[in-house]
Amino acid sequence: MKVYLRQKKSTIDVEGDCSVLELLRRLGYSQETVLVLRNGGLVTPDIRLSEEDEVEIIPVISGG
Amino acid sequence: MRCRVCGKQACVDVKRSNTAFCPDCYQRYFQRQVERAIKKYGMLGPDDRPVIAVSGGKDSLTLWQVLLDMGYQAAGLHLNLGIGDYSASSQEKAAAFAESRGVQLITVEVAREYGCGIPEVAKRTIRTPCSACGLIKRYLLNKVALERGFNVLVTGHNLDDEAAALLGNLLRWQSGYLLRQSPVLPSTHPKLLRRVKPLFRLTEREIAAYGLLRGVDWLVDECPLAADAATLRYKEVLNQLEAASPGTKHNFYLGFLEKGSALTASSPPVELRECAQCGQPTTAEVCAFCRLWQQVKRRKALPVT
Repeated sequence: MKVYLRQKKSTIDVEGDCSVLELLRRLGYSQETVLVLRNGGLVTPDIRLSEEDEVEIIPVISGG
Repeated sequence: MRCRVCGKQACVDVKRSNTAFCPDCYQRYFQRQVERAIKKYGMLGPDDRPVIAVSGGKDSLTLWQVLLDMGYQAAGLHLNLGIGDYSASSQEKAAAFAESRGVQLITVEVAREYGCGIPEVAKRTIRTPCSACGLIKRYLLNKVALERGFNVLVTGHNLDDEAAALLGNLLRWQSGYLLRQSPVLPSTHPKLLRRVKPLFRLTEREIAAYGLLRGVDWLVDECPLAADAATLRYKEVLNQLEAASPGTKHNFYLGFLEKGSALTASSPPVELRECAQCGQPTTAEVCAFCRLWQQVKRRKALPVT
């Protein structure tokens, strides 16, 4: 599936179906620090993602 | 996951409450949290003239959105801090929000008003960029809001910000800061506005979720000068604890507000007077803001070697 990383402004390919939580773990994100959109809509960590989905990971932590 | 309230497909999970909500129920939940904060601390009353400190990031823009959604009339106040493309993009986001919602945005450009922006100020003084920035923001937000006739300054500080600040203050035993760490800072001088933080019960993730559901378009980029900010390290540690034990941040900060109130109640009020140069409230003869710009000007006059 295509995964767009909003902060890095880049898209990566992730192979195989997995849940949102598994995707975040694979990519090294903590659940508390991001939100995930699937095809433009917010989803919870248990949702299963498929190859056809367009996924976006949005960081939520700001500093300074 | 199903929505706790209506049973529909959930879109946001709130792990610390072991629950989840659909889009409509989540917005109601979020607004209830904000209303609870406002009521408990008497943040905003019917006669108040509030202005929101708007950076262009998710917290301030989502704060503005939720207050508008709840029927509060609030203008925005944006400071362009002169940090290159980052400040230009921040201002664009703030202006676009105001225009699309038909609300007033006041913008002040620090470099235009005072001669240079934050990067140059930090270079010419002994302060770090975040320290200089914090001082300039605190001063100008209060001064400009007062001059424009507002009486309450509303900021987007959230549970993560407050918990991180509390951790930092405890690690360095900053007792003065600990005494002032509160969702409401009352006006203790005719020229000092009341400051309120209606989002203090909500995490950054919860705020971002509300913003996304309400179509708020914020600047995702981080300030290039804040990459090594201690706040980010404290947030990282707290989020690791939160992952292992949901509710840690809530219990840490709200527990402090409950148990620490005994500390603040017994502390003597800080005596404020007016700065000999600018007339703004301060504890010193000349305020930190004026002293900062004196340093900047002195350095500017030095010959280049």
